[in-house]
Amino acid sequence: MLKIEARGYESKFWRYASPILALLLTGATSGLIFAAMDRPPVLTVYTFLIVPLLEQDGFQALAVKAAPLIMMGVGLSLAYRANVWNIGTDGQFTLGAICGGGIALAFPDAPSLALFPAIVAGGIIGGMLNGGLVAWLRIRFNANEILTSLMFAYITQYLLVYLVTGPWRDPEGFGFPQTALFSDNALAPRLIEDTNVHIGVLLAPLIAIALWVMLEKTLLGFQFRVLGQATRAARFAGFNENRLVWVAMLISGGLAGLAGVLEATGTLGQLTTTLSPGYGFTAIIVSFLGRLNPIGVIPAGLLLALTYLGGDAAQINLGLPNAVTGIFQGILLFYLLGCDILLLNRIRWVRSKPKAA
Amino acid sequence: MLVRNESIAPGPLLAMTGMTKQYPGCLANDQVSLTVERNQIHALLGENGAGKSTLVKMIYGVVKPDAGEIVWEGQKVTVPNPGAAQRLGIGMVFQHFSLFEALTVTENIALGLATAKERVGLRGRILQISTEYGLPLDPDRVVHDLSVGERQRIEIVRCLLQNPKLLIMDEPTSVLTPSEVQKLFVTLRRLASEGCSILYISHKLEEVRALCSAATIMRLGRNVARCAPAEKTVKELAEIMINMDLHRPTPRPPVASTAPPRLVVDRLTIRSHNQFGTDLKDISLSIAGGEILGIAGIAGNGQSELMDALSGEISAGKPESVLIDGVAAGHMGPADRRRIRGCFVPEERNGHGAVTTMSLADNAFLSGYLRGALVRFGVIDKKRTFVFAENIIRRFDVRTTGPKAEARSLSGGNLQKFLVGREVLQDPSVLVINQPTWGVDAGAALAIHEAIMALAQGGAAVMIISQDLDEIFVLADRIAVIAGGRVSEPVATRYATVESIGRLMGGTSVIADSSAEMAHALSDAR
Repeated sequence: MLKIEARGYESKFWRYASPILALLLTGATSGLIFAAMDRPPVLTVYTFLIVPLLEQDGFQALAVKAAPLIMMGVGLSLAYRANVWNIGTDGQFTLGAICGGGIALAFPDAPSLALFPAIVAGGIIGGMLNGGLVAWLRIRFNANEILTSLMFAYITQYLLVYLVTGPWRDPEGFGFPQTALFSDNALAPRLIEDTNVHIGVLLAPLIAIALWVMLEKTLLGFQFRVLGQATRAARFAGFNENRLVWVAMLISGGLAGLAGVLEATGTLGQLTTTLSPGYGFTAIIVSFLGRLNPIGVIPAGLLLALTYLGGDAAQINLGLPNAVTGIFQGILLFYLLGCDILLLNRIRWVRSKPKAA
Repeated sequence: MLVRNESIAPGPLLAMTGMTKQYPGCLANDQVSLTVERNQIHALLGENGAGKSTLVKMIYGVVKPDAGEIVWEGQKVTVPNPGAAQRLGIGMVFQHFSLFEALTVTENIALGLATAKERVGLRGRILQISTEYGLPLDPDRVVHDLSVGERQRIEIVRCLLQNPKLLIMDEPTSVLTPSEVQKLFVTLRRLASEGCSILYISHKLEEVRALCSAATIMRLGRNVARCAPAEKTVKELAEIMINMDLHRPTPRPPVASTAPPRLVVDRLTIRSHNQFGTDLKDISLSIAGGEILGIAGIAGNGQSELMDALSGEISAGKPESVLIDGVAAGHMGPADRRRIRGCFVPEERNGHGAVTTMSLADNAFLSGYLRGALVRFGVIDKKRTFVFAENIIRRFDVRTTGPKAEARSLSGGNLQKFLVGREVLQDPSVLVINQPTWGVDAGAALAIHEAIMALAQGGAAVMIISQDLDEIFVLADRIAVIAGGRVSEPVATRYATVESIGRLMGGTSVIADSSAEMAHALSDAR
């Protein structure tokens, strides 16, 4: 029979091997699900994970999808390392897009050099506002941030729906739930002409590196790590827990707001009710797949971006429902958390023998 | 109350031979033998790291031996897990408790029981055992609010409920007062006479001599001796155990009475943040530079609150309640108090004084970054941090592979040496230590005591809060007692006796409220 035994220490090997094992198991399990749906499993997994990259501009599309996931995943790894469980990045993403988008719609004729920075600032502030509220509720009322941040995600989503179908609806949009297109001055600068590879694609890895340095090399980052691992030790050292909760929520919220406003001005060019296909929640998986390490979040963000593209490809080429993306992501998170048991434990095959005791 | 029906096989209760356990890079047990007779209180002596814990973990089924034979009541057995050990009739009280903080005493004990049948009338049985064996416990209190001493009582009662034939106790008296120790000894002797042998792990040699009829001494993973402890002197036992000539810390010259106070506590009164904590009531004392003040007391009489109020983890009420070198510090947090040269060592090493999953270098940085100037423009100076950690390791003889080792890889004594060293090397003018040598072996305790004395010699004011009266009498110039959140008027150590101090510690609330009686008790001693 199989037996789980405590190692008594954390395995260095499995620290990095466990996400890879989780990926392989996810691939295998998805294959089984596809087989149960009467689709050829290998071809389907191939369509899902490889085909999107073979298409023209496949890598560009991947980078554009990955940018917001990486930005949010980085912010979340920081917060999670400090035991601040921000689950509502989707809301912070949305509020960022609303604030930035509002500025874009209000001042369409302002010069780009002033307008775009103002839009970005608005986006970051919007995300911080949402995150800050969560921090305030936790500190002032001891309200669990998992619940409050998640609730805010719904509130902002309905705020977006209200604005886009109400006061901000494009009068010439044939009644579609969307705003007018942003003016060219408001759009995120492109890295490559005539594509939607916007400045966020460059910013995301830079932010990841900056936050890695902050987390690993600075006193502030050290305070986050201590708070996450031993609250009493943080208190003993004189680290201000409330201040750290504020900073963690403001950074993760602000980065989500930035991701939101870049998605609106870089990819969509307007606000719609379907602004975020669950990016904020996917970012949670990204941060865990990246081992809550900002550098690890970069490949993790690319991989989960691929699942969005793969979902599209599977829908177009094989007629599978788009929900495949969600299923794949869910299975991945499941195995990711499950495989982490190997960090502190080993699994051994024990031959059952008669009990001597 | 332990009634045995089964016929008793001849021979020893437990005989282990050739027990061997290899850990990666460390041969923890090398051909170790141990024999425990029936009705015997058997001591297992050895320094931290000598392999005592590994040996008892093999008996209790926590660790699987690589080689060796366990014979229990004449039968060769294997003990695959603690459940099997319990079925054999082996109970164990660990040094670190496994209790759920959010649950009550009864709930915690119920969780350890296998079947619902055993839980019937549990609360009553807990009360019965706790009163019968002098282990006062309120079954309905939440563990979170209990002191270390009270938590240990839960573990002891938990074992006694199982009617064990062998009770293993790992450092059981480190959190008890002298009178509590005496009561525990009565309990243990009675258990032994009723047919429950005791395997008693300790390095308090006086206790072992008083209590145990046989001793197995270990050093570096091997047996080094088996003897009757009463026939040896403490010094002889210690020398076998640590293989070096034991010496007490050298006495220091008395402190000049004119030295100005460096730590002043003035009418410190705090309501405990904790529902079942102890409120501090009107505590006033002052410690001069060069002086060591010992605060004796039973666990849970306000020691942790006093420690937190001094270190700044909780506010001391008014700024003037705590003066460090004349600076009103009562409202300062821990970091600001360190800036004015106040350093602190809390009682709990794991997760309070140290982050166990972080490296020693990180742990050196944790409290040392301010005074060691280990941060530049917000960035950690890794090199200086490393040097600081190496310095602590070298100066305090911390046995470890180096600053990169995780704190949890160290034995209790070594980690405590590291934590005391971390504060001492910050050149404090005021140092407060709560339980300086709890669960620490004799060699490490001596090193810590010498460091404390050297620090005082250098002009710092030192407060040690301890339940170990021996330690207080060795170190302190003056002794005060904390009971019920009040602190008695300090007495010069040369006028105090263990009896007079012990009496003050004992009658928690009654005596604490009557300073007249306190004065009386102390005048007896003069």
